[in-house]
Amino acid sequence: MAEKIQKQGWKSLPKGDVIEGGGTAREFRTGDWRSERPVHIPEKCIHCLTCWIYCPDSAIVTKNGKFVAFDYKYCKGCGICAHECPVKGKAIKMVSEKEAKKNEKICQK
Amino acid sequence: MSKINVVARTGNEAMAEAMRQINPDVVAAYPITPATEIVQIFASYVADGLVDTEFVPVESEHSAMSACIGSSAAGGRTMTGTSSQGLALMAEILYVASGLRLPIVLAEVNRALSSPINIHCDHSDTMMVRDAGWIQIFSENAQEAYDNMVQAVKIAETAALPTMVTTDGFIISHGMERIEIFEDKDVKDFVGPKKLGQYLLNLEKPITLGALDLQDYYFEHRRQLAEAMIDSKNIILDVAKTFKDKFGRAYGLFESYKLDDADRAIVVMGSTAGTAKVVADGLRAKGIKAGVLKLRVFRPFPKAEVAEALKNIKAVAVMDRSDTISGHEGPLALEVKAALFDSNIKKEVPDYIFGLGGREVRLEDIESVYKDLGDIIDGKSKDRVTYLGVRE
Repeated sequence: MAEKIQKQGWKSLPKGDVIEGGGTAREFRTGDWRSERPVHIPEKCIHCLTCWIYCPDSAIVTKNGKFVAFDYKYCKGCGICAHECPVKGKAIKMVSEKEAKKNEKICQK
Repeated sequence: MSKINVVARTGNEAMAEAMRQINPDVVAAYPITPATEIVQIFASYVADGLVDTEFVPVESEHSAMSACIGSSAAGGRTMTGTSSQGLALMAEILYVASGLRLPIVLAEVNRALSSPINIHCDHSDTMMVRDAGWIQIFSENAQEAYDNMVQAVKIAETAALPTMVTTDGFIISHGMERIEIFEDKDVKDFVGPKKLGQYLLNLEKPITLGALDLQDYYFEHRRQLAEAMIDSKNIILDVAKTFKDKFGRAYGLFESYKLDDADRAIVVMGSTAGTAKVVADGLRAKGIKAGVLKLRVFRPFPKAEVAEALKNIKAVAVMDRSDTISGHEGPLALEVKAALFDSNIKKEVPDYIFGLGGREVRLEDIESVYKDLGDIIDGKSKDRVTYLGVRE
C-alpha cells in the first residue's frame, strides 16, 4: 500500500514558490509526449557531439567524449540534433513515435 | 532630523530623483506617456554615472517586468516605471512578481485605458491590476510621490511584496511643484542595503524558483500571498513611523482631513483629494462640517480603519476615478461599502464616477457632491451611481 505523504501547509511551506535545492527539473520527466524520436546510427556517427551542444533538454548521454545514447525520459523529439548533425547522410534520423513503439513491441516479442 | 532641500520638480522628476537616491541595482523599462520621463531622466543618471544601476532597455513592458523579475530573483534591488497600456501589458507578469514574492518597486502614472485612446489621467490602469498581489500606494502630489517612492523600497523588501507607487497622469506627473527632498546619504541610510533572503545567485544555497504548482500546492502558495498582503498593513505603518522620525512628514493608510467633527465626507484617491480639501475648507468657512478621507493605501485595503473613520459621519460619498463597467459601482465604492458592511455600519453611500480620460474635475463638481450629501442628511435619497461631469 502506498505510504501517505504529509504535505506542508501554507504556514510552513517555503514562501514564494521556492523549492530549496537546485536541479529539480531532473525529477520531472518531460519526454513522454513526443510525436517523433531521434534514432542513432552508430556506424555513421563521428562523435563530434554537435548534438550534445545543441540539445535544449540535455538529453544526449555521453561518456569519455563519445555519444552513448538519447535519454528518452527528457527528449521532447524536437529534432534539432538530427537537423544539426554535420555528418553526410546524417548519423541521427527522426522516426515517428508510433513507428518506434511498434518496433519496440516487435523486439519484445 | 534630516537636512531638507527645497526644489521645483514635476511628479515624474520627483520620482526619478527618489530613484537616483535609492540607487537600485537594476532598472528595466519601456517608455510610455505620461510615465516616460521617469525612466528617461533615470537613464540620463545612468549615462552620467550618477548611479550604479544596470539599465535594461527592453522592447515592451511585458519584457520590462520580466527582466525585473529576473533581476529581483537574482537578488538585485529592482525598479521600473510605466502607465496605462504599459501596465496592462505587464499584467501577466505582475502576477508572477507577487507570486514569487519579489520586492520590485514600480513608479506608476495613472492614465486611462484604450479604447478610445487617451493619454490623460484616470485610475483605470491601476484598478485593473488591483488583484495582482501588489501593494498599491496613491499620491496626492509630487511631494507624496517622492516620499512614497522612498518608503516603497523598504515596504516592498520587508513585506516581500512588489509595490507600485502611483501619481495622476499629467496632473501630478507634469505639474511643477515646490517639493522638499532629502540629502542623498539620508535616503541611502533610510532604505539601507538590500537584505538578501533566498536568491538565485546564492551558489551556496541553490533554489528552484517558479516551479509547476498544481492541485496539491498552488492553493497554499496563494494563501501565503494573501497573508503577506494582510501583514503588509503594519509594515506600511512601521515604515511610515520610521520615515516620520527621520524626515518629519507623517503618513498613514489614509489621511483624515477634518473628519473628526464632520457630518459629511468624501472618500477619494490621488490628486483630486487636494481639490476636495479646498472645497471642504470653503464649506467649513460657511459653517458646513465637510471632511475628506484621502485613501493612500488601496492595497492592502484598510477596511477596518476606513470603517472606523467613517462610522460617525452622517453622509459619505465615494469619488471613483475609474469604473468597473459591471452594472454595479466603481472599485473604490465597492471596497468602502464592503468595509462599512463588515463593521455593521449601514448608510447610504453614493458613488461618483468622475474624471475619466482626464476630464477636469472642478470645485463646483465637488461642491455638488457635498450638496448631495447635505440632501441625504435631510432625508432625501440619491442615485447609487452618478457620472459626475459627463455630458448628457
